Amino acid sequence: MEITQILYVAGFYLFALLTIVSAFFVTFARNIMRAVFSLMFTLFGIAGLFLFLHADFLAATQVLIYVGGVLVLLLFGIMLTQRMVEADIRSGRIQFVPALIAMVILMGFLLFLIFETPWNVKQPANFQDTTSGIGTLLMTEWLLPFEVASILLLAALVGAVSIARARRPVS
Amino acid sequence: MTLSPGLYHYLIIAALLFCFGLCAVLTRRNGIAVLMGIELILNAANLNFVAFSNYVTHALGGHVFVIFVILLAAIEAAVALAIVFAIYRHFHSIEVPQVREMQG
Repeated sequence: MEITQILYVAGFYLFALLTIVSAFFVTFARNIMRAVFSLMFTLFGIAGLFLFLHADFLAATQVLIYVGGVLVLLLFGIMLTQRMVEADIRSGRIQFVPALIAMVILMGFLLFLIFETPWNVKQPANFQDTTSGIGTLLMTEWLLPFEVASILLLAALVGAVSIARARRPVS
Repeated sequence: MTLSPGLYHYLIIAALLFCFGLCAVLTRRNGIAVLMGIELILNAANLNFVAFSNYVTHALGGHVFVIFVILLAAIEAAVALAIVFAIYRHFHSIEVPQVREMQG
């Protein structure tokens, strides 16, 4: 094997391991802050995997929106709703054993499906730059969903503000 | 299955992410931790979309779909956090099992 090939494979497994191990901690870490920061590493790992799949624009979008937006929102949510003075930022579990059994069964089923389905795998596509292609698709074939998504964003903005705002006391 | 990355590797990673996310949704008491599980599930779906786009269809439609999913995940996080704040004001806790006012 060429040295670049070895580096490619090693990089892939590095990102895959980062994703899976930190996803494990998101689910099983007792401390909720630790889980949030593990989620950050998971999202970075998935952005790296997107790069390995020739999805450069999506990797940048993932880092910008998830790590820059969603994760900060989650952190704010935790800091505003946990009483930090009591240092009680542990998160207990409910129905742990049944969920674990269901998870193992589901994983076996998914593995069965993955290996039994004939996927018609081709050589990996060699997308040169995906950004212009995505832009063209958004403005032609997917124009209606694009516009509907903007209306949905507006509705979510108004809805989130009106739900989260403190009710004025009845005078 | 070979050592060099192919479609199956990405599918297995996505399946693992999905299972972890589902486990977080089912077992966490904290409402925000449940939200994090939902984010994991959505990311697993995204990874599958991009992998199939790269290895099976060779079209960019999967990428566009992933953009919509990311957008919906952002919207969902914002609205769900607003609901979590409302629950916190009402119940003084965001533990999911304690929110049972409508339970018969």
